[in-house]
This record gives sequence, structure tokens and C-alpha cells, in this order.
Amino acid sequence: MRSVLLDLKDVTFDYILENKQSLRAVNDLSLQVEEGEYIALIGPNGSGKSTLARLLNALLIPLFGEIQVDGFATRVEEHRWEIRRRVGMVFQNPDNQIVATTVQEDVAFGLENLGVETSEILQRITESLNRVGLSAYAEHAPHLLSGGQKQRLAIAGVIAMRPRCLVLDEPTAMLDPRGRKEVLDTIHSMNRQENITVVHITHFMEEALQADRVIVMHRGEIAAMGKPETIFNGSIDLHLLGLEVPPIPRLAEMLRAEGLTIPTGILDTDDLVSYLCS
Amino acid sequence: MRSLTLGHYLPGNSLLHRMDPRVKLVSLLVLIIALFVIETFLGFMLFGSFIFMIFLSTRLPWRYFFRGLRPVFLIVLITLILHFLFTKGGQVYVRWGPLTVEEAGIYLGSFMTLRLVLLVTTTVMITLTTSPIAFADGIEYLLRPFRRMGVPGHEIAMMMTIALRFIPTLMEEGDKIRKAQMARGADFETGNIFRRARNLVPLLVPLFVSAFRRADELAVAMEARCYRGGQGRTRLRELQARPLDYYGLTTVTAILVFIILTGV
Ligand SMILES: Nc1ncnc2c1ncn2[C@@H]1O[C@H](COP(=O)(O)OP(=O)(O)O)[C@@H](O)[C@H]1O
Ligand SMILES: [Mg+2]
Repeated sequence: MRSVLLDLKDVTFDYILENKQSLRAVNDLSLQVEEGEYIALIGPNGSGKSTLARLLNALLIPLFGEIQVDGFATRVEEHRWEIRRRVGMVFQNPDNQIVATTVQEDVAFGLENLGVETSEILQRITESLNRVGLSAYAEHAPHLLSGGQKQRLAIAGVIAMRPRCLVLDEPTAMLDPRGRKEVLDTIHSMNRQENITVVHITHFMEEALQADRVIVMHRGEIAAMGKPETIFNGSIDLHLLGLEVPPIPRLAEMLRAEGLTIPTGILDTDDLVSYLCS
Repeated sequence: MRSLTLGHYLPGNSLLHRMDPRVKLVSLLVLIIALFVIETFLGFMLFGSFIFMIFLSTRLPWRYFFRGLRPVFLIVLITLILHFLFTKGGQVYVRWGPLTVEEAGIYLGSFMTLRLVLLVTTTVMITLTTSPIAFADGIEYLLRPFRRMGVPGHEIAMMMTIALRFIPTLMEEGDKIRKAQMARGADFETGNIFRRARNLVPLLVPLFVSAFRRADELAVAMEARCYRGGQGRTRLRELQARPLDYYGLTTVTAILVFIILTGV
């Protein structure tokens, strides 16, 4: 059995607004994520996805409830750095998470913060840039990279710290299709080859299809959770939750409505084509 | 797009380029002190030839050198004119209505001008050969002893780094906003200076708003990557002084001592 890496128990979080009112962003949410799992987190704008992401690496602390990362509680101040080292974050805007003036120095940033020796830093830079395919750009200025390359740089900076888990908050939202593919391939290979747990927040339903588990958030709560086949087979009204059904399941649904018998669990073009042609 | 380089750094491989930024900063300080101690034209001659030799060794193109002097040209000129016209004493060389140019004026004017030109020349030479990032590292190190007095050396260096990182990004964004506003009929190019300044508002407001948003997001991203200030931080580039640096430091100190002792 795989061990539990992220353990959320009855987590509630409120933002305090300027007029002293509080706004509930996450409401009594419980969730367990196993080591090595690939989670896709979807939900309409304002459903609390980003808040949940920030709760996972102690950037925010729950109002009620408890979050444990690899056994460390986020509420305990002394654990915060251990937690942030284990849970790496990648944000939406590629520009606003790069700190340094060259690619290799940006990868070094997190390691410098951890107090890693210079020789070890150099070794890990080489390693991480190799992993994301940016070795040729080590000396480049970050603003000369494409959006996809910038996001891969952000991933390199995080995996250099050898995290157990990657939390990515809409990492492909600002990228062109090619950049999106580059970044997705990188995330998936991290998950498969290094067994890094992934929590991938996205509003592209196609991206959620490849996850081990899909979590649908709505108004700070988990509205649905399960394998992509069950989430997208039409049994849950995603429209009601403010989401779009991805194109292939939607097509399957429409064909079913026309009287064709199409099994549930068909998610991509190849499956549908081979079923229809058989 | 205009490329903006802070301090106009020109990469190269000369001795001066390869020197430790800390040593360069301290040497610059020593040389500036020396310039203010010098009392004779002979002193300026010697100092000038030293700087001239170093400049030759860097193989920097002359035009960069003059470009560096351009911003202070007006100040130099005004200094010269004011001294010529208003410092009185000694023989009168020129008389033109109520105005006179006298010996003391010419002497003091040329003296001040030489001092100013050498001061700027020395500084420009150092900035041309030191990357801004190396500068930031050097400043962080040199300010370390003053930490206890509340001088935020690490924070200053981090600010410089982040500024350097974001200058190209913000310039690009400014360019985009400018084009977008121009497409909607905004006019940045005609009218008097006040009008033009006012027309810049629709460019600067969105740029500032976005800069603040960026700063916010960057702070969160830095915290997520375990940033907690300078304490316990290691560096990818550890500064390392080599024999060359000690020779350089010894030389400039010797120059200062020589000037003080001989009174040139
Ligand atoms: N810094 C903040 N201050 C106040 N309210 C916030 C803040 N960040 C998010 N919110 C509010 O919290 C709710 C959840 O936001 P968020 O977690 O960003 O959702 P999502 O990422 O799913 O779009 C929203 O109603 C949003 O307006
Ligand atoms: Mg969000």
C-alpha cells in the first residue's frame, strides 16, 4: 500500500476582507493524497483551488482543521520549511516566479535558501536543467525564454530542492499550445519517473483526463472526486458546477443521446475512433 | 526595443574585468579619497596616467568611455564657467565690461574640472567592467559588518537583483501598453513637454498596477521556495579574492599613501 503524503482533515479557511468581514474560501474539506498520485484539481473561478494549493505548503494556515504533509503539521511554525521543501509550488504567471537574472541562478535560488553547499548546488542545477530539457540555456537571461520554457525553469527550480510533491496552480493557463505540451510532458515525466506526487490545478478539462484522480471543487468544497472515466462519463452534471465537459466525452454523450450505445470511460479520440470502427 | 543595461556593463576578460567586485568597490573608494587629497596639478597628471594605463589594459572602446562622461559634461562646463567668472584673485587676464577672468579663477576652475572628470572617469571605468550582479554581491558582502547597525545589506542586494531581473520584463510590458494605447488613438509624440507628460498617464498607471501585482506574486513565489532573508543562505557564486585582487588593492592603497606623504 502506498503511504499518505498529504492529509487534510476538516480544513476550513477564511480570508479577512478589508471591511473586516470574512470570506470562506475552503469549507470543511477533507482529503488524502497518496505518494506518487497524480491529482487534477478542477472547478470554476473562485471555487477555492488556489487557496487549497497555498494551504498545502503552509503559505496559508487553516482556520479550523489540520493539514499534515509527510507527517508535518502546517500549523507548527518550525515545520514550515520542511513542508515547503517537500511541497514545491509552480504558479500561473511564468514571469512572476523567476527571481534571478540567469537560468542557472534561478534554479539555485531555492537551494541557496536551504543553505546547500556550492558544489552540491552546481550538481543539482545540471541535474534539474537536464530533467526539464533546458541545459542549453543555463547562462541565458530568463526574459529571453518562451512561456513554456519559463514554466519549465520554474519546475526545475522546484525539483532541484528534491520535493516529494509538486503543486501546480494553472501552470499552462498563459501558454500557447506548444508551451502547454512541453510543460505537461515535463510534469507527467516527473510523476512517472521520479514518483513525485502531483496536484495539478487546471481549467483545461483535457489536462484532467490524464490524472489518476480528478477532484472537482465548488464553493470551497469537494463536489465530486474519482477517476477521470467516472467524473467525465456524464453521470455528474459538470455544467451545474460551472465546468465544461471535455470534447470527446461530450461527443460520446451526444452520440449516446442519439441512440448509439457507447460505453462510459471513453475519454480520448483514439478510444472513441477504435470503438466506433470496431 | 531599446536595450537598457544598468551601469552600461561591457563583458570582457581583462584584468579589471576579472577582479573581485568587493576589491573593485573598495579600490574605487580609495581612489576617490585620493582624488580629494590631491593638491597639485602634478598629482592629477600622475593619477590621470594611472587611470589611462588601466583603461588601455581593459581594451574598452573609447566611445563607451565618452558616452559615460556625457551626462556630467554640463556640470563640468558650469563648474568651469562659474569659477572663471566669479573666483577672483591674482592677475586679471580678460576684462569684458563688468566681468573679469582672473588667475585664481582659471586655476581653481581647471583644478575642479580635472577632479570631476577624473572622478567620473574612474567610476565609469569600474562600472563598465563590473556586471551589476557582481556589484550587488560585492555590496552585500561589504555591508555585512554594518548589519548590526541595521544596514540591510542582503536586502539591498536582493532588491538590485530583482530590479535587474524585472527591468526587461517591465520595458517589454511598457512597450505593449504604449502600442495598445496608440492603437486607441493615444498620442505620446506631439505637444509640449507638459502635454506629453500628461499623455504618459494612461501608460504609467497600468504599468504601475501590474508592477505591484507582480511584486505580490513574486513575494509569494519566493516564500514558497523557502526564502527567509539572508540568514543561513549559501551562494552559488561565492566571491573569492585571488592574488590579482590583493595586488590591485595594494596598488591603490600605495597611491593614496604616496599622495598623502608627498603632498602632490
Ligand atoms: N487574497 C485574497 N483576499 C481575499 N479574498 C480572496 C483572496 N484570494 C482569493 N480570495 C477569494 O477566495 C475565493 C477563492 O479564491 P481562489 O482560491 O483564488 O479560487 P480559484 O483559484 O479556484 O479561482 C474567491 O471568492 C476569491 O475571491
Ligand atoms: Mg486560482
